[in-house]
Amino acid sequence: MAHTDVVVTGLGATTPLGGDVASTWDAMLAGRSGVSALTQEWAAQLPVRIAAQLAVDPAGLLDRVKLRRLDRSEAIAIIAAHQAWADAGLADSGPDPERLGVSVGSGIGGALTLLAQDDILEASGPRRVSPHTIPMLMPNGPAAWVGLELGARAGVHSVASACATGAEAIALGMDMIRAGRADVVVAGGTEAVIHQLPIAGFSSMRAMSTRNDEPERASRPWDKGRDGFVLGEGAGILVLERAEHAAARGARVYARLAGAGITSDGYDIVQPHPEGAGAIRAIAKAIADADVAKSDIVHVNAHATSTPVGDIAEIKALRQALGDHPVLSATKSMTGHLLGAAGALESIATILAIRDGVVPPTINLDEPDDGLTLEVAANKARHMDVPAALNNSFGFGGHNVALVFTRA
Amino acid sequence: MTRDEITAGLAEILEEVAGVNPDDVAEGKSFTDDLDVDSLSMVEVVVAAEEKFGVKIPDNEVQNLKTVGDAVSYIEAQS
Repeated sequence: MAHTDVVVTGLGATTPLGGDVASTWDAMLAGRSGVSALTQEWAAQLPVRIAAQLAVDPAGLLDRVKLRRLDRSEAIAIIAAHQAWADAGLADSGPDPERLGVSVGSGIGGALTLLAQDDILEASGPRRVSPHTIPMLMPNGPAAWVGLELGARAGVHSVASACATGAEAIALGMDMIRAGRADVVVAGGTEAVIHQLPIAGFSSMRAMSTRNDEPERASRPWDKGRDGFVLGEGAGILVLERAEHAAARGARVYARLAGAGITSDGYDIVQPHPEGAGAIRAIAKAIADADVAKSDIVHVNAHATSTPVGDIAEIKALRQALGDHPVLSATKSMTGHLLGAAGALESIATILAIRDGVVPPTINLDEPDDGLTLEVAANKARHMDVPAALNNSFGFGGHNVALVFTRA
Repeated sequence: MTRDEITAGLAEILEEVAGVNPDDVAEGKSFTDDLDVDSLSMVEVVVAAEEKFGVKIPDNEVQNLKTVGDAVSYIEAQS
């Protein structure tokens, strides 16, 4: 079935590697790590004392009064959305508001607000709890704020599928355009939960790296020494646009969002399916949806979080779904794991790999796992022609999302 | 506390929670119409004023506090 063509015309991000897309991409290609030691007082008692914190704090970028009404995840979504909006050339003359949609999700939501206000409740009583608490912690808050800032009236949606959120939000944005509900959709993910409670929770699952003495070496997908993921924070936003709409206004096009595949494992709340069945189906669906051949996909930005089991399960799924030809990158080796923003940030990296003909490195890949049976751009960026590429995202709950981007 | 001192104290609170320019704060000004303080921010102003001036401002009184002067009078009478 022929679909309405959807293209990417704007990118925005604030990440552990930089305050915008250009600085983040430069740092990625240089193989820099955004992971550092947590110096907050509360970190001292935790088994995990490292994280990939934002390179540029939002405090200096938004009005002080506005900022106190925003959860950190909302503030950075707004910052990234304005970047993407300006990058798409829409800052001065946006589209018809009734044809503008938003699809922005978060994996965990306004946890920092919830926890801070609970501290106030416990210490000072209910009257001192901020009247802004609910709009700050509600999971649709980031999407609603982005919609408010840009005046979107075609519908504002907030997907939540844990670490697949950013990718699923982008897929939903594409669906909105294909279904004729919008001409432009601002889509992506945001996450800001670097706090002792989420870290303690993930630590109790034994999911996080405890390489506290070597923060920059802690996130090491596919390396034999990997021992879990490193929590990151940030936001990534894409402007998706109906191709004809973009062409009519002479917009610069980064790439086509050619297709998406979404599946659910129906297997376990946190463990991925042992044979990667859901992931394999998601990749196959994305390729079919994009109407490309397996062999066209020469690069994959993998989910690869640096966990012992997940990294290799994905390799098996990729081999089965694509074959043995694609060159992989695990950019989480540099950014840490941005949870609900990961799929959006990694989509941006995938798109820029297509644009620039360079695949970002996977750092800390010193001793590849025996199960790593596919080619990886290990430790150094690799220059190669990338006409089409895939981005994988998987989330707790058994969510599998694969996106295919192609050269426009 | 004089009325001017209470007004100055309210101006500090209004600047902190709602970004109101202290120079704009005067007894005749309406919180909503002149100073653009929305209902959620007004809740914050009330709670901060209770703390700052050591008074209680029940919710059913807040609706009567239309202007800065109304609030000054209420706080003056309570403190």
